[in-house]
Amino acid sequence: MTEPLPLVTPAAVATRRRFLIGAAGFAGGMAMVTALPAAAADDRPAAMQAALKAVIGGETAHKGRIKIELPPLVENGNAVPLGVTVESPMTDADHVKAVHVFTEKNPQPNVVSFQLGPRAGTANIQTRMRLADTQIVTAVAEMSDGTFWRDELEVVVTMAACLEDS
Amino acid sequence: MAARALINVPPKAKRGEVIGIKSLISHEMETGFRPNATGQLIPRNIIKEFVCTYNGVEVFRAEFFPSVSANPFVSFTTLATESGTITMTWSGDNGFFATESVAITVE
Amino acid sequence: MRAWRIAAALAIVGAAFPAIAEIPTAERKSGYDFMSRESRAMQDDDTANAGMLWVLDGETLWNRHVAAEKSCADCHGDARTSMKGVAARYPAFSPALGRPVNLEQRINICRTDRQQAKPFAYESKDLLALTAFVGRQSRGIPIAVADDAQTRTFIDSGREAFTRRQGQLNLSCAQCHDDNWSGRLAGNSVTQGQPTGYPIYRLEWQNLGSLQRRLRNCLTGVRAVVPALGAQELVELELFLMWRARGMPLETPGVRP
Repeated sequence: MTEPLPLVTPAAVATRRRFLIGAAGFAGGMAMVTALPAAAADDRPAAMQAALKAVIGGETAHKGRIKIELPPLVENGNAVPLGVTVESPMTDADHVKAVHVFTEKNPQPNVVSFQLGPRAGTANIQTRMRLADTQIVTAVAEMSDGTFWRDELEVVVTMAACLEDS
Repeated sequence: MAARALINVPPKAKRGEVIGIKSLISHEMETGFRPNATGQLIPRNIIKEFVCTYNGVEVFRAEFFPSVSANPFVSFTTLATESGTITMTWSGDNGFFATESVAITVE
Repeated sequence: MRAWRIAAALAIVGAAFPAIAEIPTAERKSGYDFMSRESRAMQDDDTANAGMLWVLDGETLWNRHVAAEKSCADCHGDARTSMKGVAARYPAFSPALGRPVNLEQRINICRTDRQQAKPFAYESKDLLALTAFVGRQSRGIPIAVADDAQTRTFIDSGREAFTRRQGQLNLSCAQCHDDNWSGRLAGNSVTQGQPTGYPIYRLEWQNLGSLQRRLRNCLTGVRAVVPALGAQELVELELFLMWRARGMPLETPGVRP
């Protein structure tokens, strides 16, 4: 069976997003639906920038070396497989110290932070995350030489068709 | 029922080999952002920290936030340095604590 | 011009619901085939499949002595042998009750009649763990519920429920799952509704759940009256669905979106 084609156009995504935010309050049983957010939806990109700044301080996070893997179209926002790999020899002298992942639209901007080191052998991590809406996921790698590297990926998240009671 | 954890570590490895480790633990990871049927927020209840040690030395650590999915899964790598014990611990809200250990033979 | 447009619209709507037709045996597909690569990977890897957490708990329960009474293992021994193939033939006819029972009910019958224990509540962690553990022993085994003089009326009753329009949306299961599978409903695939992986770890639930939980969700979706868990009509529908999926291998514990 071939993979279903993602059926999104930018207009469809925008319309669906408005519907999702409106419908969110009534779909009580669904995880990560933005019914009572910690930060109001408008403030979340700023919250993400603040969370990012808390990690990188005044430095610039250069594009490159780190790569995010996420499915382009997500079947269910409750458990989205997230992969992060960073090019690095992982030696004592040159390794990845930490990887931080952020979202721009979840109620809280931090997703997960990993602490690594030369004992890791490689910087190749998988986990599963929640995505409340179609949005951009950002990952930042902190290297032993003090530099920061970043990657961003947009993910489309659809909503289950049938609302359930339980 | 107590939290159930499932860890996967190769039982044998060659010295210096990079080995893959997988961990899975049962936990609802309640975000703190969901309302209950009467509209009140269900309090946050998540695992906050996951640590892997190898013969007592920390080799990997993760800090979880509410955006980590329920029944958290983490897969990572480590260098097979010596025979011994690889231990994983999870800790979080409401005094949550769980630990699992497994032996590894390194030739 | 207007009349032509109306007629065309009606024809399209009419075509969306053609006469009900059973899926040919060779064209049957598990929900697995409709999932993304990532979801399939979650199911395929026992070290990453969240359903395995319940299987492990079920194994503990299997060996646990209930009060001073026997454990499952005391009568049934090693589940790997004794339970092999069992889940693939449930729901099964109970001569004592004169009707089919599903695996959950069978476990509870053992608890009350043989272990002098209280039955587990439907959808409780313990019952899910045991059904997941027992079901896991049938992974890869073709579904094979009995189709004989005893079960036939109940299979027919389940078929009637499957093909009957119901709810405020006035839809039957067959209209989506026989006639319109491989289409999409909002963001989700419409599958054939083959119960090949139950109990499943459903990403939507962030939890393990039974086939009856899933059926009740669908009935809520079409705004029908939803029978209680364990209701006879739900067991008959389960039986029909398993009969409809006969020959397809069990995948328990499945992962579904």
